[in-house]
Amino acid sequence: MYDAGKILIGLIIFLAFATFPFYSNMGKAVAKPDPKIDTPVIQQLEVKKCVESKEFMRAEHMQLLNEWRDAALRRGERVYKGSDGRTFQISFQNQCLRCHSNKKKFCDECHSYAAVKPYCWDCHFAPKEAKR
Amino acid sequence: MSISRRDFLKIAGLSSLGIGFSATDLLWKDRAEAVEYMSSPKGLTAKRWAMIVDLKKFKTEEDYRRVIDACHRIHNVPDFGNPKDEVKWIWTDTFEHAFPFQKNEYLPEGIQEKKALLFCNHCDNPPCVRVCPTKATFKRKDGIVAQDYHRCIGCRFCMAACPFGSRSFNWRDPRPFIKEMNPEFPTRTKGVVEKCNFCVERLAKGLGPKCAEVSNGGLIFGDLADPDSEVRKILKTHYTIRRKAELGTRPSVFYIIGGDEDA
Amino acid sequence: MLEKALTGSRRYWGWIFFLLAVIGVGFIFYLRQFAYGLGITGMSRDVSWGLYIGQFTFLVGVAASAVMLVIPYYLHDFKKFGKIVILGEFLAVSAVTMCMLFIFVDMGQPIRIMNVVLHPTPNSIMFWDAMVLNGYLFLNIVIGWTTLGADRKGVAPPSWVKPLIYLSIPWAVSIHTVTAFLYAGLPGRPFWLSAIMAARFLASAFAAGPALLIILALIVRKLTKFDPGKEPIQALGKIVTYAMVANVFFLLLEVFTAFYSQIPGHMHSFEYLYAGLDGHGKLVPLMWTSAVLAVVALILLINPGTRRKESLLVVACAAVFVSLWIDKGFGLIVGGFVPNPFERVTEYWPTMPETMITIAVWAIGLLVLTVLYKVAVSVREAQLESGTDSTH
Repeated sequence: MYDAGKILIGLIIFLAFATFPFYSNMGKAVAKPDPKIDTPVIQQLEVKKCVESKEFMRAEHMQLLNEWRDAALRRGERVYKGSDGRTFQISFQNQCLRCHSNKKKFCDECHSYAAVKPYCWDCHFAPKEAKR
Repeated sequence: MSISRRDFLKIAGLSSLGIGFSATDLLWKDRAEAVEYMSSPKGLTAKRWAMIVDLKKFKTEEDYRRVIDACHRIHNVPDFGNPKDEVKWIWTDTFEHAFPFQKNEYLPEGIQEKKALLFCNHCDNPPCVRVCPTKATFKRKDGIVAQDYHRCIGCRFCMAACPFGSRSFNWRDPRPFIKEMNPEFPTRTKGVVEKCNFCVERLAKGLGPKCAEVSNGGLIFGDLADPDSEVRKILKTHYTIRRKAELGTRPSVFYIIGGDEDA
Repeated sequence: MLEKALTGSRRYWGWIFFLLAVIGVGFIFYLRQFAYGLGITGMSRDVSWGLYIGQFTFLVGVAASAVMLVIPYYLHDFKKFGKIVILGEFLAVSAVTMCMLFIFVDMGQPIRIMNVVLHPTPNSIMFWDAMVLNGYLFLNIVIGWTTLGADRKGVAPPSWVKPLIYLSIPWAVSIHTVTAFLYAGLPGRPFWLSAIMAARFLASAFAAGPALLIILALIVRKLTKFDPGKEPIQALGKIVTYAMVANVFFLLLEVFTAFYSQIPGHMHSFEYLYAGLDGHGKLVPLMWTSAVLAVVALILLINPGTRRKESLLVVACAAVFVSLWIDKGFGLIVGGFVPNPFERVTEYWPTMPETMITIAVWAIGLLVLTVLYKVAVSVREAQLESGTDSTH
């Protein structure tokens, strides 16, 4: 093999970079996310159900939020009739966050775990900020 | 049974696609038929919203200030305190600067220096919408030219296209420069363009624009397409002008400058 | 072929690392801009485009000018351009790369750039500009690389390249026409609202691009064993001459329309740029520099005696390039925004971070150009050594 030394050094540098996520997180136990929904508003609800089923919301809330955004903002349709026939006013800040006023334990819990940083909070107030 | 490598890959590829889709597909399918999006029953609707600015009603500095502050407060418009970063939805300038095509040095006294209230014209033929590369700015069915801050890429083509200087860009994070936050309305983020939205969020609740509400009759809002609306009645009986109407953008904001009778 | 860019003299590597250092510094400033926002630049509500978009506009022209080599060589069988067509095509690749980077650094929300593709909007000229620029970059990379590769082996280029080459001709015109349309169709900006804008853009492009190419060809001759030849450079010199004459003529047409009609809106921007308006005149010295350089260049170019002297031709080309860089890369954009829609003057001047980012983008362009030229020159040098020169 020509230039064996150079190639090996190159390979080692490449491996060092490629495996960075593994060894940098090695030995660190990250707690399983445990989102909470025990906010004052939710506790007073008779039926503790979001606009759609728990399974749907857990898997698809981002798509639903995109749908809501386009409906309210772009088409001016600000009422949502969910699959069980209940209707809701469409508003992330004034509807979603009214119940889910615990951003830290509800939103961030999973988002931090999955290392996603949705840009919602660049514009929309996180519930706590709004109180000041 | 033996399958070729090619067939195997085909089947494997298809089935992995299938697994990827099926789980979420079911969730959406269950919901698809029942779900509906509707306009709010309380909401105000029109074919083409328009505003009349009766400048005779604006006599003192306070008359302008009240309107501007009310708008900027409820929409979380920041105050940077310098012209370079400035963001504004509604503001004033003197007649000669607001209507630069209406040059006439022999106008009655006081008109040249008279301040006009300025905001987005919500043009019927808006150049900003024409140039936007992502449809982040678009014209709604009710004539309002809206801005989707989620989609705006901050290219500022709309600012070059608007002949009225109605658009502001967030040159930096606006949040530290908002004095009192209105928690019911979002702020904007750095890097997007913003402007007057004719209070779409209030229209959906059955309320008119905030500026009109606090203007003591100086701003009249209504449906230009409805011949019986208040704005049409005023337009029928008063001489009004629009900013740079000769550019063909068909502004939806009309100005009453002088005359005796009240609108 | 790319491996040829990996071996070079000490001077070659010194240059590469110098460019990388400049890019690194600019990148640090870009990170600052990314975190703070475009407020780090000199732009404002009134002058909402500045140096970045100016550079973009100017460089689209440089990119389009490759066609000035392609047309004579491929359509008129002007064999003398055979060896240097590749320099034009690779210059186009470098220039288009810079164009895209300048658009990118000018965006308020750069991470949303794919929205242009996700929500395609045919009524927006910006959408078309993104399409044609990408297409042009692709065409020039493919054409340049394939023809050079064939050259190296001493064979004719594959037949499928020919249609692409022919396509690249109208495509080059399209990128600059579409770029002119960005400006020429805006109702409230009288300085730009001119039917001659696209023609003016093309004229200035066909002057500035070949002028740069002449300078580059002379540098290549000086630094390498590959000599682009005297005649191709003279032919390019004539192209620069005609294009620069057309460009100045078009500019004067604009001046006539504005000042003979006496329509204030059409005169204001010219007044601001060349004389100052309402006591504001930051750009006046710059614009007159551009005008004087243009005159000097024309004198040197039109006079055959001076044009034929390479030492003077290169001076003329530098004058053309700088003159047009000021006129189109700066004055044209800022002038369109002054005065603002309220006939008030807000001035613009780039800030230090903005300038550093701009220089870094140029450095990236130069890096791309250096690497591509290194490959092209290496192929030519190898041909000289082995005596297999397929282009003659």
